[in-house]
Amino acid sequence: MAAIIELENISKHYSPTIIGVDNVSLTVEDGEFVTLLGPSGCGKSTLLRMIGGFETPTHGTIRLADKDVTWDPPYKREVNMVFQDYALFPHMTVGENVGYGLKVKGLGRLEIETKVHDALKLVGLFDKVKLRPQQLSGGQRQRIALARAIVREPKVLLLDEPLSALDAKLREQMQIEMKHLHEKVGITFVMVTHDQTEALVMSDRVVVMEKGRIAQQGRPQELYDHPASPYVANFIGTTNFLPGRVIRCTGERAEIEIGGGRLSAIVDAPLVAGSTVTAGCRPEKVRLLAEGETAENVLEGRVAEVIYYGLGLRLAVELADGSRVYTDSLLPDRLALSPVPPLGQSLRLAVEPHNVFVFEGEVTP
Amino acid sequence: MAQSPNRAPGLVSRYGADTAFMTFVAALMAFLYIPIWVLIAFSFNDSRSLTWPLSGFTLDWYVKLASNGDLLAAIRNSFYVATGATILTLCVGVPAALALHKVNFPGKTVFRRLILLPITLPGIVTGISMLNMFKLIGFPLSLETVILGHATALLGVVVTQVYARLQRLPKSLEEAAFDLGASPWRSFVDITLPNIRTAIVGAGMLSFVLSFDEIPVTFFLTGRDNTLPMYIYSTLRRGVTPEINAVGTIIVLLSLVLIVVSVVSTRDTKQK
Repeated sequence: MAAIIELENISKHYSPTIIGVDNVSLTVEDGEFVTLLGPSGCGKSTLLRMIGGFETPTHGTIRLADKDVTWDPPYKREVNMVFQDYALFPHMTVGENVGYGLKVKGLGRLEIETKVHDALKLVGLFDKVKLRPQQLSGGQRQRIALARAIVREPKVLLLDEPLSALDAKLREQMQIEMKHLHEKVGITFVMVTHDQTEALVMSDRVVVMEKGRIAQQGRPQELYDHPASPYVANFIGTTNFLPGRVIRCTGERAEIEIGGGRLSAIVDAPLVAGSTVTAGCRPEKVRLLAEGETAENVLEGRVAEVIYYGLGLRLAVELADGSRVYTDSLLPDRLALSPVPPLGQSLRLAVEPHNVFVFEGEVTP
Repeated sequence: MAQSPNRAPGLVSRYGADTAFMTFVAALMAFLYIPIWVLIAFSFNDSRSLTWPLSGFTLDWYVKLASNGDLLAAIRNSFYVATGATILTLCVGVPAALALHKVNFPGKTVFRRLILLPITLPGIVTGISMLNMFKLIGFPLSLETVILGHATALLGVVVTQVYARLQRLPKSLEEAAFDLGASPWRSFVDITLPNIRTAIVGAGMLSFVLSFDEIPVTFFLTGRDNTLPMYIYSTLRRGVTPEINAVGTIIVLLSLVLIVVSVVSTRDTKQK
């Protein structure tokens, strides 16, 4: 695979103190689905808009298919964008909206009609060709915006929070639909979102951003299972953070003393004994122990809160030192875990050493 | 009304409220339109004096009007001035609104307020100051100086209307046009212009009407030619003549046509 977008040391300084994007380098492969993920104000949208040509970087180079486009205006770039508010032209019909980019390109009427027809068929809305955008539902407008962008067969499709205006149910459905669309058309997709689920579900690669910089990038599973920093661990999924101290570290195995007990963890790099660390573990990797069952990392505590969400159950367990650990249990059987443990009941929890993350220093998420 | 025992008690009072509201609306409409109906009625009355009851039907006043050279010239002048002022103010005002919308510069807010000044200023002030200026540069007064004066006074109307519409237009529309390959000029013609068209048409019509019946600025800036309101004003010293009523009736008719045209042409893309 060849690189289609190359960002080289891209920065965007609004003023000497206000920095939107801070020295970001990123390569996107042809045909990839890459998501820029982060909270609002982390620079992800600015980065996307710079690829689209709506903003220019103060430093760095943007290459599109080996061509330097850093200073090219949007209408000279072979990328197309799906806007957050869709930006459909209200004075044009759906067909005219989708065909506009082709008309500007100077294609003939017949050719435009065929392509518009195909694009609308792809998003399943051909019967709406004569309607105005105002007569469509949010989900339908979203699809028209998609059709309008891909009908020009761009090298890269940019998506700026494309699903944020939809309700939860529709959003879930569109996530899958857009993933299929990506596979069908084979165009490179670069999406911006603040929704971690969306990023995990849809992308080949997720780029987590923090304060204008890239915090970590990788396949969704890599990020979820090996977060490089507490920031990433906290932003993607839920993480229990437990402050502690390294007792000893031999090879890849570290013993950590935390307020409510001891944990052993598998670590990538050796840790200095006595140093302050923060241990982390995902709620669904924390297991409830049955009576008399033994395991490696056992934590004892009392049920402080029960959160039921249909699919499963989340228990907040308060350890001896007052820190809380969340544990998720799936309820695959209607009878599983019944009765639900009452508040105050003593419980024993366990987490496998390879499921414990260790971050150096103290973390206050 | 209340004789039926089954009727819900709330219905009577609601009926009462509806009646009261309708009466109010009717009274309001009467207040606005009865004077106009009186004007129209007297324009067809065969007596010279404006006294009730009407004495008989005639078209004499319309015939007289058609042969009154001064009056016809005044009407022609008014149309000339209103058309000229509207075109001029649109030609300056629309680009000004676009620039105001597009370009950010220090003191922009002040500038926006300043451009509104001519409409808030009394016509007399605009009139006198422009008169002074024209005298100063030795510009002879004529209908064209009236056009310049009106265009200045109306600039605020056009700029505010068009600017307000531009502000309501999502920025992403233009960006989407760029994104789809349209140059700035093309995206202006294809996307921005159709979306501010109704504001331009509306501001133009408003300017036309305001210029058509403007007196103070005209009073100071005109040369030997008179516009219709000035002519009417000057004849008033001899009392309201039925001829003037006839002119009024024709103007009412033209206004009606203008209203219909404006409704049809500013109908947005909502229908269909």
